[in-house]
Amino acid sequence: MMLIPCPYCGPREETEFHYGGQAHVAHPADPAALSDTEWGHYLFFRANPKGRFAERWRHSVGCGRWFNAIRDTATHELVRVYEMGEPEPVIE
Amino acid sequence: MIAGTARLPDHPERLWPNPEPKRSYDVVIVGAGGHGLATAYHLAKEQGVRDVAVLEKGWLAGGNMARNTTIIRSNYLWDESARIYEHALELWEGLEEDLGYPILFSQRGVLNLAHSLQDVREGVRRVNANRLNGVDAEWLDPAGVKEVCPIIDVSADVRHPVLGATFQPRAGIAKHDYVAWGYARAAAATGVDLIQDCEVTGFLRDGDRITGVRTARGDIAAGRVGLAAAGHTSVLADTLGLRLPLQSHPLQALVSELLEPVHPTVVMSNAVHVYVSQAHKGELVLGAGIDSYNGYGQRGSFHVIERQMAAALELFPVFAGAHVLRTWAGVVDVSPDASPILGRTPFTGLYVNCGWGTGGFKATPAVGRCFAHTIAHDEPHPLNAPFGLERFFTGALVDEHGAAAVAH
Ligand SMILES: Cc1cc2nc3c(=O)[nH]c(=O)nc-3n(C[C@H](O)[C@H](O)[C@H](O)COP(=O)(O)OP(=O)(O)OC[C@H]3O[C@@H](n4cnc5c(N)ncnc54)[C@H](O)[C@@H]3O)c2cc1C
Ligand SMILES: [Zn+2]
Repeated sequence: MMLIPCPYCGPREETEFHYGGQAHVAHPADPAALSDTEWGHYLFFRANPKGRFAERWRHSVGCGRWFNAIRDTATHELVRVYEMGEPEPVIE
Repeated sequence: MIAGTARLPDHPERLWPNPEPKRSYDVVIVGAGGHGLATAYHLAKEQGVRDVAVLEKGWLAGGNMARNTTIIRSNYLWDESARIYEHALELWEGLEEDLGYPILFSQRGVLNLAHSLQDVREGVRRVNANRLNGVDAEWLDPAGVKEVCPIIDVSADVRHPVLGATFQPRAGIAKHDYVAWGYARAAAATGVDLIQDCEVTGFLRDGDRITGVRTARGDIAAGRVGLAAAGHTSVLADTLGLRLPLQSHPLQALVSELLEPVHPTVVMSNAVHVYVSQAHKGELVLGAGIDSYNGYGQRGSFHVIERQMAAALELFPVFAGAHVLRTWAGVVDVSPDASPILGRTPFTGLYVNCGWGTGGFKATPAVGRCFAHTIAHDEPHPLNAPFGLERFFTGALVDEHGAAAVAH
């Protein structure tokens, strides 16, 4: 069980949260201009690193707000949490 | 079933040699799980390719092969899936003889429970689809479920009442370690090199052609390279800048202490995320759903187990006194349509077999045959042709979420 630091409520148990997958995946600016390959990538392909990953979480049974986190997928360490709309922080 | 065999198989140390890697092979397979071993076996046996190495970062079949709940069935919804899983089941039925090795394949049947009207409709539809594909399947009402598995509580006043189930009588379980050892022994006998403690860290390439692999024990040249690294495929593909539509998640299971035989079949429930069988020795083997987040840590969350146990107890009140002996997790790679990816890549000489997610053990014999064919002919076997990477761009997905996701 992970202890996840909600930026608004503080540390809470993992069971209070909903996982939202990779962060910073922008909707295509001009969808009609995309090729089938580009659509396929937008819809189905997400990063899957072993190590630090920028991802989204929602504190569903708490404040209900979405936020971003940098988490290490190998160690489960939560390196940083930050607000939606903020750019991905550069960490060392 | 090992009719008349009173003794256990030989200790694995004595089943195959432990060679030093050569500097070059016709084919290198990455990952000595069931899939990698079966592929090497079929490369040698059916394709006449004997200069093969299987490179394993840890110990032979110590990944998901050692961690899965061993459920074997072929009752998938779509024609493409029914064909490849049913082919696997046919091969399972003759595998002990084929390998000359006991695998304890026990066709005790599988029940997939329905707990809502939607589950019932989906189940009945799947039974009809299965029958059209020549897959044995029946729809059972709650009394029929009780007849197959008397310890299930089918009363109406529980939280997730059993409204019926699909039943595949030819489904079952096998002893996963013996399956791996059987393939390893048979592959080694044809001259395949099985090399443990040899992590592949990258690839040798000449433009868009793959010419070998970088490993913890030096570079190894290869005419062709097949990836059978299950949950770690993305890690390897990343070194080439090759993107794959995969997400790796922790998936856990647990066993109870040994009990007398109480559970005669395999029971699965997608809705409450639990699946149970009783191992040959007597442990209850219980699996759960994947943890929601991506993870390579080979350990899952406690609350997932808690929920799975609550669901199991409700279905099987007799489990109340059983103690948990051990829990563990594997790393499974899930694809967007809950179907595997098996075929060529944009790199010449590089082939992928991945995305089996929570349910690839049952496919092992078919993967061996199809992946070996794909590598040897640089072209998919007809059974795996629908499962190429290109389907994510053409839209020809094989959406098996109803029959595959989470359940095995
Ligand atoms: C808890 C759990 C329950 C499951 N239950 C079922 C079930 O009931 N029925 C079913 O059909 N399926 C089930 N599965 C899924 C099944 O185990 C997998 O789909 C299947 O094992 C995948 O193929 P494999 O056997 O080759 O994978 P693995 O055995 O994981 O083989 C991959 C191998 O590659 C090695 N490897 C990885 N990276 C490298 C590298 N860089 N270099 C060298 N080697 C590398 C790994 O160490 C590993 O040994 C379950 C999985 C889990 C975790
Ligand atoms: Zn909050």
